[in-house]
Amino acid sequence: MSVVDRQEWDVVVVGAGGAGLRAAIEARERGARTAVICKSLFGKAHTVMAEGGIAAAMGNANEHDNWQVHFRDTLRGGKFLNQWRMAELHAQEAPQRVWELETWGALFDRTKDGRISQRNFGGHEYPRLAHVGDRTGLELIRTLQQKVVSLQQEDFKETGDYESRLKVFQECTVTRILKTVSDSGSAAGDRVCGVFAYDRESGRFFVLEAPAVVIATGGIGKSFKVTSNSWEYTGDGHALALLAGAPLLNMEFVQFHPTGMIWPPSVKGILVTESVRGDGGVLRNAEGRRFMFDYVPDVFKEQYAETEEEADRWYEDPDNNRRPPELLPRDEVARAINSEVKEGRGSPHGGVFLDVSTRMPAEVVRRRLPSMYHQFKELADVDITAEPMEVGPTCHYVMGGIAVDSDTAAARGVPGLFAAGEVAGGMHGSNRLGGNSLSDLLVFGRRAGLHAAEYAQGLAYGRPPVDDAQVDAAAAEALRPFSAEEAGAGEETAAGTPPENPYTLHQELQQTMNDLVGIIRRESEMEQALKKLGELRVRARRAGVEGHRQYNPGWHLALDLRNMLLVSECVARAALERTESRGGHTREDYPAMERDWRRINLLCRLTDPTGGLAATDPVRGQITLTRETTEPIRPDLLALFAKEELVKYLTEEELYE
Amino acid sequence: MATGTEPPATEPHTLRGGVRSPARASIAAPHLRTDRWWLAPAATAAGLFAFVVYSTWRAFANTHYYAAPYVSPFYSPCLAQNCETMRAGPNYDLFGSWWVISPAIIILVFPLGFRLTCYYYRKAYYRGFWASPPACAVAEPHQKYTGETRFPLILQNVHRYFFYAAILVAGVLTYDTVLAFRDQHYRWGHMGLGTLVFLVNIVLIWAYTISCHSCRHIVGGKLKHFSKHPLRYRFWQFVSRLNARHMQLAWASLFSVALADFYVFLVASGAFDDPRFF
Amino acid sequence: MSSYEARFKVWRGDAQGGGLEDFEVEVNDGEVVLDIIHRLQATQAPDLAVRWNCKAGKCGSCSAEINGRPRLMCMTRMSVFTREETVTVTPLRTFPVVRDLVTDVGYNYTKAREVPSFVPPADLGPGEYRMFQEDVDRPQEFRKCIECFLCQDVCHVVRDHEDNKRAYAGPRFLMRVAELDMHPLDAAADSGLDRKRTAQDDHGLGYCNITKCCTEVCPEGIQITDNALIPLKERAVDRKYDPLVWLGSKIRRRSS
Repeated sequence: MSVVDRQEWDVVVVGAGGAGLRAAIEARERGARTAVICKSLFGKAHTVMAEGGIAAAMGNANEHDNWQVHFRDTLRGGKFLNQWRMAELHAQEAPQRVWELETWGALFDRTKDGRISQRNFGGHEYPRLAHVGDRTGLELIRTLQQKVVSLQQEDFKETGDYESRLKVFQECTVTRILKTVSDSGSAAGDRVCGVFAYDRESGRFFVLEAPAVVIATGGIGKSFKVTSNSWEYTGDGHALALLAGAPLLNMEFVQFHPTGMIWPPSVKGILVTESVRGDGGVLRNAEGRRFMFDYVPDVFKEQYAETEEEADRWYEDPDNNRRPPELLPRDEVARAINSEVKEGRGSPHGGVFLDVSTRMPAEVVRRRLPSMYHQFKELADVDITAEPMEVGPTCHYVMGGIAVDSDTAAARGVPGLFAAGEVAGGMHGSNRLGGNSLSDLLVFGRRAGLHAAEYAQGLAYGRPPVDDAQVDAAAAEALRPFSAEEAGAGEETAAGTPPENPYTLHQELQQTMNDLVGIIRRESEMEQALKKLGELRVRARRAGVEGHRQYNPGWHLALDLRNMLLVSECVARAALERTESRGGHTREDYPAMERDWRRINLLCRLTDPTGGLAATDPVRGQITLTRETTEPIRPDLLALFAKEELVKYLTEEELYE
Repeated sequence: MATGTEPPATEPHTLRGGVRSPARASIAAPHLRTDRWWLAPAATAAGLFAFVVYSTWRAFANTHYYAAPYVSPFYSPCLAQNCETMRAGPNYDLFGSWWVISPAIIILVFPLGFRLTCYYYRKAYYRGFWASPPACAVAEPHQKYTGETRFPLILQNVHRYFFYAAILVAGVLTYDTVLAFRDQHYRWGHMGLGTLVFLVNIVLIWAYTISCHSCRHIVGGKLKHFSKHPLRYRFWQFVSRLNARHMQLAWASLFSVALADFYVFLVASGAFDDPRFF
Repeated sequence: MSSYEARFKVWRGDAQGGGLEDFEVEVNDGEVVLDIIHRLQATQAPDLAVRWNCKAGKCGSCSAEINGRPRLMCMTRMSVFTREETVTVTPLRTFPVVRDLVTDVGYNYTKAREVPSFVPPADLGPGEYRMFQEDVDRPQEFRKCIECFLCQDVCHVVRDHEDNKRAYAGPRFLMRVAELDMHPLDAAADSGLDRKRTAQDDHGLGYCNITKCCTEVCPEGIQITDNALIPLKERAVDRKYDPLVWLGSKIRRRSS
């Protein structure tokens, strides 16, 4: 086996989006030598796509806002399934994280008195989202990127090397987390010792040795056909954690953003920001009716307007009117659109109409929603100041993720592994509120970086050694697509058949997940999906590529397939198991939310605990599911809610405890 | 790839410099544009060239620049002894009888300098005459390029001082326009076609002068906090709006100033009779 | 929905050499150039290297030159070409090529590091920043930049003169200097850093001859030349070309 380049670092952060960069900054500021690995160029992470804003109860727009209200909104949005301690920390720390960005050079839109302006968003009781037009994600990523550069400049002054303490390995992919060999109970056994990665540009393999690894790789959207997510979202972090032995939590909860573009086909799925609705845009069906008034669920009846008049008054006078139902949490709106289309009241291309053109003057639209105006003009040739947009649901975010400790962001069961951002589970429960994502990145990115640095620095017995056999195995696994034919010939299932095209496999996977494990789920379809996933898994073993290792997208995709298949199986298995509808998980055969299910977390683990992927048997699968009862919500937090509201979510016995 | 630039360790092809430098994608063509990219620089060059020819002729001609009550903007203010007499006009005998060539030369330096160092005209002639670059993504023919980092082009930075001079000149031309509200016999309250030409010209001259990037900087652009200077912020916003049309104003005023001069020439040479309105 | 076969020429190769390769490929309604490149990958050239990410004009990854003009592939609709036209796609021609449509844009990251970062005011803590919209409007325009580096690619200062790369930061990073200089709370001056002067001395502002190609290619429509580069030049004039100050410094330099 070839000699692989090795470097020593204290903390390795996988992913350079909001959470990854925030973690890296924190770890470096705590004195840990930190390496960041990302698949794209530095500063291109998917965070740039976030439009609406960062939710933080700063109380600039409405002084009644505070962390308790934010916490309450978050729990309501997540249908009380949230890991409540995370939601608490998140609501408490978000304002600090936003203010800190200003000290690094961020420029948010301002209020009249010079503070950070905050806007309305679905599910938030008060205007709460710090924003910059509709490009908040770009501002966030650029600010963090520039903070990284500023730290590197400090290091350069001191050491003469920009990258002595904080280095970004861009366009590199991690394929395995490396762990020490478990030697029956020794303290050093079975912990993280580094990552195995390859450089996309050259195809070269390398190992970063580090006692602490932070996973911040984002989501899984690329397993679905219609998605707002970029190519990077192949569930890498989820899969890496699984393979390293960490469990994934509640993977059935996948958020479909209600408003994605649906026409032309090449842009299908691209997001239409929620601020369109926050700023006055309304949803209508083909008959011109504002149908959202028909879909306000019981649990939200008190907070939402019943008439168009009241809803319209709210934009001007939110204190004395209830909010329009267009601003219900995303899962509700997505489901409503889905049923309108299904009942034949959809728009020509199978969505509904989102209209701002009749609601505000053209120049206001252009000022408030500049990039939306642009996006429709350039990509769909639609002038949103003159005609309504056509929109439909698009796979947007996964609430499920790596099971972590709330305070430290440490992954369960794998010492040295941390996770933050979309890849971590728990924070958002069964459904995430808009704007809570960017604040999540910052709050838990920082916590992950902090605790990873502390962990790395606190190791009493030195750096955990890297096991050469694992490195060799990882290299062999990564090279497999180049010898797909020979590999296929050696196995009983596929003797002599030609290699599979990874692009075809990917398309089939996306179609399967979209059709069979999409917004509305049925038992039979999910069973069918699992069967199909099994077949795809076998075929993916024979995914072959042409050419050589230098910047070869076919090869990259072939490697990503492993991750997407693993994660898709988790989603399908968990979705099949949870026989209720809640947040981002809707079962046609179990349409109601069940209070008994609220206390149940579903954990996915790799069936083969050694982390091998020998499971080519299509039926058995690679994932084992276990149930776990959640910790009761702390009484003082429960006291933030009215009793009448709690009875809708909590069982009798929970209420009396 | 780390975020630093590590020089490629390969031995690349060699096709000379610029876009054909080693290590860059080996494409022999200096550009691959398929549109008529040469049209804009060619039109610019033709327009500027025409003006230069015309203005040189007129500036050195030293005749037919005054037809009461109109004075050609090329000859105003007229500052030599050999100027024609213009009643109440802007002629002062600053330069004595030793100045024998056309008095236009004395004053034209200022508007010429203003336009020569103007940020728009710089773009226009760098592209049109100097092909640096001829058009976007079209390789320029020069081997070396130092831009405006050294003499003489570093002198472009004096634009601001020409701007101050241009304000004075525009002031004089405004005065000339007021004088144009007289008739041939210097009686006030009259108007002819020439008055209209002068009016249009002076509006365009002012609009061009005020829309200048240096002006935009001086009135407010240099401030760090607009919020502390609300009035200057308003000025800045006004100038910024004009500034967005600086190119159009540059051409329009160039044309109008030549037209005003040509009008005076026609009237003064007797080729055309100034129609009087009242 | 109508589809047709389009003729494409795509540059393929690496630092050793390469050339334009011909393809015939299906085009459907509403597609952009990046869709076609992806179709080539999926059907005819699985190892065709291309850098892309969001496919919505927000990340600035898929920069290339299409019919000789620097553009984002995801924002170039196929409908701007006639059906008969051959569409030529090449990598950016200012940066070293890695493979096919992918270039090494490291120059930009190097330059980014050379611009001193935002200096927070010493007397303000987090949450105490007060800034007014009219003051942040200007730098906010520059922060719309998605770092697609099309302006860096088109700028003839480095495009046509490799040796200028050392001294010249390029429009994107001169704009970054302007952004920081216009930031209402940047305290660089208090720390002894004169951004106006460094623009000229360290980042090569003088190389810019304001021919505006950067503004022409900016997919975000940022007025790079009018709002960043020229104001920066004017600010440098404030510092350096006041004739008396300039003369004085010349004399001093001569005599020393």
